[in-house]
Amino acid sequence: MSVIANTKMRVSDEQSMLLDVAREFCRDKSPIDRVRAELETETGFDAAVWQEMVNLGWTGIALPESAGGSGLGIGAVVPVVESMGRAMLGTPLISTTLAGQLIVRAGGEEMWGDLVAQVAAGSVATIALLDSADWGETRITCELDSDNRLSGTKTFVADAGVAEHLLVVAQRGGEPVVVHLTADQLPEGAIHQHTLIDQTKRSARVSLEGIVVEASQVLAGAAVVDAIRDVRLLGALLVAAEATGSAASCLDTTVDYLKTRKQFGKLIGSYQALKHPAVDILCDVDSARSFVYHAATLVSDTSLGSDAETACRMAKAQASDTLDYAGDRAVQFHGGMGFTYECDAQLYIRRAQWSRQQWGDAQHHRKHLARLLLDAKR
Amino acid sequence: MTASQNELEAFRAEVSAWMAENKPADPGFLLPQSFMEVSNEQQLEFLREWQHKIWSAGYLGMHWPKEYGGRGMDAVYQSIADQEMRRHDVPIVFNVIGLGWAGPLINHMGTEEEKQRYLKGILSAEDIWCQGFSEPDHGSDLGNAQTRAVRDGEEYVINGSKIWTTMGNYAKYMILLARTNPNTERKYDGLSFFLSPMQADGIETRPIRKITGEYGFTETFFTDARIPASCLMGEEGQGWKIAMQTLQYERGAQAGAAGGLQFVNIVIDDMISQLADVRRDGEAVLDDAVVRDELVKLIMAEKAVTLGDKRSSIPALSSDYPFSLALSHKLRWTEYTRQMRQFAINLQGASGALYVGDDEARQGGFWQRAYFNSFSATIGGGTSQVQANIIAEHVLGLPK
Repeated sequence: MSVIANTKMRVSDEQSMLLDVAREFCRDKSPIDRVRAELETETGFDAAVWQEMVNLGWTGIALPESAGGSGLGIGAVVPVVESMGRAMLGTPLISTTLAGQLIVRAGGEEMWGDLVAQVAAGSVATIALLDSADWGETRITCELDSDNRLSGTKTFVADAGVAEHLLVVAQRGGEPVVVHLTADQLPEGAIHQHTLIDQTKRSARVSLEGIVVEASQVLAGAAVVDAIRDVRLLGALLVAAEATGSAASCLDTTVDYLKTRKQFGKLIGSYQALKHPAVDILCDVDSARSFVYHAATLVSDTSLGSDAETACRMAKAQASDTLDYAGDRAVQFHGGMGFTYECDAQLYIRRAQWSRQQWGDAQHHRKHLARLLLDAKR
Repeated sequence: MTASQNELEAFRAEVSAWMAENKPADPGFLLPQSFMEVSNEQQLEFLREWQHKIWSAGYLGMHWPKEYGGRGMDAVYQSIADQEMRRHDVPIVFNVIGLGWAGPLINHMGTEEEKQRYLKGILSAEDIWCQGFSEPDHGSDLGNAQTRAVRDGEEYVINGSKIWTTMGNYAKYMILLARTNPNTERKYDGLSFFLSPMQADGIETRPIRKITGEYGFTETFFTDARIPASCLMGEEGQGWKIAMQTLQYERGAQAGAAGGLQFVNIVIDDMISQLADVRRDGEAVLDDAVVRDELVKLIMAEKAVTLGDKRSSIPALSSDYPFSLALSHKLRWTEYTRQMRQFAINLQGASGALYVGDDEARQGGFWQRAYFNSFSATIGGGTSQVQANIIAEHVLGLPK
């Protein structure tokens, strides 16, 4: 058996259509001046645009039809998120999508049917996962005691400030549980916004100390363990898709400059010292896109197998490194302009630092890939 | 008439059984991994015998006409035979210029007499062919070839030199691109195409020693060499068109080539499987965190090319940068291959310093030699740097 193994890639009619629609929507609604206009606002996005995305059904793409979703599977969210990345369009779509996945994969649809329907209909939801800055840590600190009282603090909770629903990953007697909190259950001051390097994103530290929940707000069982594992991989995939889109538009921005800027009497794009790295970035973007759509082909609604795991991790490892390189070179190749806040290169180099760490960086995923690929046959 | 699925599967089983039965034992010396690496008589005779054996068994040129040594079958049979040769990891067929370039061309546009004279010898490996396109001063710029061919009665007189002639010292014939008219408006229109003998007065070859220390190519010198006028293929001035035509055949049996396994495909699995007993810092090299990270990067580089080939056939996913995947394939694959082979040596510890000929060299120095030979692909057919320029200009639209 080759380590290259599964190389399936398909695109469904629905994915293809979503790609077309999302590309056009994001281009229209999120030109770069609109992106800049949201950088310092409280939420980081335009509520009217978000409402249009909800109206297009994007929050329900991967949720079951019984809950008002489209039942197209998480792979169909990939072209939408890629398009958003391309236009640097924020909004809580990734957070909400992943929260929806955590609920249905953990078997919560029966108990929390209303919640799934609300999420499909556009209620913002997010997962409170991290107890520390280590994406690779799987032990859970945050605790739910026998009186259903929470303790601990979650950190890097994406879009916590606008979320109506928080899905808190906690442990009860050492067993992982998912606790559903509504925003009104958080005490005053529980949310502390981080100042993020990527100003198109929002995340916060959330204190859960002393919050008491009803038994009906707690989801436990074997499916929870798998769901948490799967959501980590799907988070990696969606961020990879977004980063791939951002890397492509970063490349376009750089190439435009190389075609117009003259130095020493020549267009700077004619110099091989700039030309060849631009081709390297293009090849990297191509690789990232191939991995992302390969992974989108393999992820299913059921528990993810090792081929899907491999594909998600490769997508994230490639896309993180690709955007990192593209953003870094975008600043350098814009020369003095590139060093200014005014130059759009800053948006991409900042996005790169965000995407890099989200759901684990490239080294983290390669470490797990080594386990999957190199240890299986020994 | 197309063969049924059952017939094809039965044929596949037949070839598979034959390959299993007849795959040669390790000859005790390194075999060439491509036709560009035939370095000595020992290798030459081994490969000549092997190709003759495959042809005699009926698994080469299956779709070429019966009267010229083929079997007159559908090309799909040859494709299946080729797949089985790869699967069984048998030695290469080496007469590649004959099988993949000259033969299909002669089949396609040769006269009856040319077909009778040349085709069977190509398949049986009796007649080795070489190619005379590149010249010392015009590496990649074929259209600028300066070797002269001047008509003199029933002969052409050839003067000039060619380089990177594969097996030039063993070949009986050469497909030769030479200039019959130096005064045409377009440089391409002055070129003509010849099926030239190599054993003639005034034709000399000088083997080129490669970085591997081995041979495989020659320089070929023409000094008032006289070849029959009947060697001209087509008409004077059609040389460029015919040369471009020959490049189309090498894409496999379906395109007209006689088939056979033409190069050993070295993939990441080959490297990983040779590491089982390698140690680094007192532990298994496959437990070393840094090595593992590098290996995963290489696995991803190989997989990315395969996935890119898949994606390029899906229009919805390949319209952003048209031709990007197709144009970058060669650059990506050959550069990956070079890096992978280089890293394989890096993993051998002190043994990385051993070379072909040392009885303790890992796999007889296979990776050392493979790394050096990988440059034939990052340089030949347009260097990686030229490829990058092409992609920058044609895909990204950057200025020249």
